[in-house]
Amino acid sequence: MMKLQKATCFALFAVLELAADPSRQLAAADIADKYGISLHHLAKVLRDLGRARIIESARGVGGGYRFAGNPRRLTLMDIIELFEPSASGQAKRDEPRPTTDVGRALRVVLDEIDEHALATFRSITLSTMLKIVAQRPWSGMNDRKARKRAAQR
Amino acid sequence: MATKSLKWRGNTDVKTTAVATDIRAELRIRPAALSDVPSVIALDEEVTGLAKPVYWQDTFDRFGARSRAGRFFLVAELQGCIEGFVVGEVRAWEFGSPPCGWIFAIQVRPKGRLKGVGTQLFNALCERFRRTGVAKVRTMLARDNTTILSFFRSQGMMAGPFIELETTLD
Repeated sequence: MMKLQKATCFALFAVLELAADPSRQLAAADIADKYGISLHHLAKVLRDLGRARIIESARGVGGGYRFAGNPRRLTLMDIIELFEPSASGQAKRDEPRPTTDVGRALRVVLDEIDEHALATFRSITLSTMLKIVAQRPWSGMNDRKARKRAAQR
Repeated sequence: MATKSLKWRGNTDVKTTAVATDIRAELRIRPAALSDVPSVIALDEEVTGLAKPVYWQDTFDRFGARSRAGRFFLVAELQGCIEGFVVGEVRAWEFGSPPCGWIFAIQVRPKGRLKGVGTQLFNALCERFRRTGVAKVRTMLARDNTTILSFFRSQGMMAGPFIELETTLD
């Protein structure tokens, strides 16, 4: 089943943080501080994103990283695949095939879950993710829960 | 299945190009007329590679010409040409679902994409759904149809509370 690795999550944090304002330059330390993640690990991730031309770095005083991609075209899957080539199915093809009927049946069910996950990642662009961030759907959920609790009191 | 609460309004795109703004100003969203059916058939064929004249004529008969309350077939017209269309209906209590708007089809001419045509069609249909009193809009599409899936996602739609299942009949 698909589970994102730490580097992939760091990449998604960094790309979304930078894509929120493409004119803004941010230092790796600022991103690491905001998300409470290892600067050392993040720096490696940022290098990979730079090589993929999704972000660009500016050297010198006030330097940092800036978003360089197209937020309406780049999807979550595009970022994930940079760090987990296996996500699109290569690793699965390399995995040993199950040799029992129960193993094969379990594989069918796990593949169904993976296909839904992949379709979701492929369909969500960075632009859409930024809308979800701005809409804060989770705060609506909290509001509804708070209203329900208040009504119960 | 993707669903959206109709509380979310309007387009909140990060960027809007000048070209897109021009098109949005000139674009006219209106109910489909019988004379639009050949354009709808041609547009659908251009996108899917398959002509379905009987299907679209029947869809127009049911959703356009003699449309009942809660059924909508809208087209986007730009300088006399049909740039896109959307078909939807308010349905109730199937699968235990309270009344909600369903989008059955949406197509935009490939050359006109990313200019806000689909968004205008989507918003116009949602506005009509709202007027009927429903609060949710749903659609269903193929998992590998990334283009349309991304479009609906960009309109704020997320996975809904239903799961579609199927089997092969032997």
